[in-house]
Amino acid sequence: MTAQQGVFLFISFVILFSAYTMVTRSNLVHAALFLVVTLFGVAVIFVLLDAGFLAVVQVLVYIGAIAILMIFAVMLTQDNAAKQQESMNLNYGWALLLSALFAFALIVMLGQWPDIGGLAPALDPRRDTIAELGSALVSPDGYVIPFEVASVLLLAALIGALVVARPQKKDK
Amino acid sequence: MSFFQDPVSAISALISNFLYTLLPQAWAHLIMTLLGVVVVASFGLIIVIFLIWVERKIAARFQDRVGPNRAGPYGLLQTFADMVKLLTKEDVIPEKADRLAFNIAPILSVVAVLLIWAVIPFAPGWIGTDLNVGVLYIAAVGSFGILSILMAGWSSNNKYALLGAFRAVAQLISYEVPMLITLMVPVLLARGMGMMDMVRDQAVWFIVLAPVSAIIFLVSSIAEIGRTPFDLLEAESEIVAGYHTEYTGMKFGLFFAAEFLHAFTIGVLFAILFLGGWRGPGAEEFPLLGVIYLMLKASVGYFIVMWVRSTLPRIRIDQMLALNWKFLTPLSLALLILTAIVEKTFEGNAWRVPALLIGNVIVLIVSYYIMRAASRRTSKERVTFKKRPVAKPA
Repeated sequence: MTAQQGVFLFISFVILFSAYTMVTRSNLVHAALFLVVTLFGVAVIFVLLDAGFLAVVQVLVYIGAIAILMIFAVMLTQDNAAKQQESMNLNYGWALLLSALFAFALIVMLGQWPDIGGLAPALDPRRDTIAELGSALVSPDGYVIPFEVASVLLLAALIGALVVARPQKKDK
Repeated sequence: MSFFQDPVSAISALISNFLYTLLPQAWAHLIMTLLGVVVVASFGLIIVIFLIWVERKIAARFQDRVGPNRAGPYGLLQTFADMVKLLTKEDVIPEKADRLAFNIAPILSVVAVLLIWAVIPFAPGWIGTDLNVGVLYIAAVGSFGILSILMAGWSSNNKYALLGAFRAVAQLISYEVPMLITLMVPVLLARGMGMMDMVRDQAVWFIVLAPVSAIIFLVSSIAEIGRTPFDLLEAESEIVAGYHTEYTGMKFGLFFAAEFLHAFTIGVLFAILFLGGWRGPGAEEFPLLGVIYLMLKASVGYFIVMWVRSTLPRIRIDQMLALNWKFLTPLSLALLILTAIVEKTFEGNAWRVPALLIGNVIVLIVSYYIMRAASRRTSKERVTFKKRPVAKPA
């Protein structure tokens, strides 16, 4: 077992454990904190795959922005004293069925992949992956259209937030 | 490479040779990495002990006092005495506190700062790990600091702590925006996000190429650490001590240490991003000199942080948000666009440096006039004392 495999096994265990704890905890803030652990574990998986940029963006976007906003919202809306919250709907059966189906599909698909047992080829250290990603995002052969569409979407959301937050003009 | 030229590399080569002959390669590599982590983290934590003394001494001078002067020469041992005091104090956990989050929060706050030190280039070749996304990494690990404050405030089960945490999140998330946009300016100038590239490309210090960005970075960093003009998250006169109200003993000490270390780390980052990092005469041949240069430059940034802290009063929460969203964010966006355009236009041209400098000055002047016009439009109420009848001697 290489060190990489050891880290992978450990992190997978952490991810699975915290993801399971997240959906079963009745305390909402705890659930959000375990979500942070899960997302951080996914970032470590990205690091193992030599995708440093994605790992950092995962931490920045999911932990730095989304998870913190979720915790913030949960803390603001919950009665702080009433920490134990019952689930509003119990869908354990459906969740179990769907996740079992998904896991089965993944196992079948990955089992058919010929390179499943092989080691990942080493990345060429001379290649500047960040620069390549950057130029791929704005080159016409690359992802310029999705990039621009996402920009327009984000701009629309920004303007929407501004319109919603703008103070109403008082009636004369 | 001789020992006297680069003692740290020589020692590390000695240890790694010893380990590689003794252990299989993977284990030796693991132990070397762990050793590196321990050295860098201890450097950060040991420097805190000294920093607390420096800060107390200098703050005392600003306030016309002497500062700690009893324990040891010049009060140097005061921090050790305080540490022993904090360690021996009773560790109180509030009855209805959330124990898990309550205990993890102080550790996370120190870790969040120490993680930044992993990508600090101390000298040529001395860097924890030269990530190709170094600048982004710094921004990302900062979010763990916010998380620790939230956890501390929520888990204490104290309304003042929770209020402090709410303020902290509002402030830290807001000031992350201009800080991240400003961080893009050195990235543009260095054409890379790695911290080593950043230092290597500063034949001309970036503070000359982007002075206004440097100031915005410093201001938003002060807001990120919650130091005095921005200390709304622990305003003593309003919400006791903010998010760490319920913490005692060494757990409080950890928050305290994290704050001091973060302040100095801001100085180090300022030195690397804008003051040329370890660059200086002889730093290439003698890496130890590079560390000294870096620490001297970092002290400049740290001194400014302390200076601002001792000089300015706390601002109101609406002023805090207005400064960020109405001034720093638009200004940093304008600077980013300006830097991108000028940098591309004068690429490889002798006029690059003066053009960037002039562009910055123009942006500064334009923003000054916009602000002056805006401040004239909004009517202000002058707060003065009321006129009272004066008692006249009969």
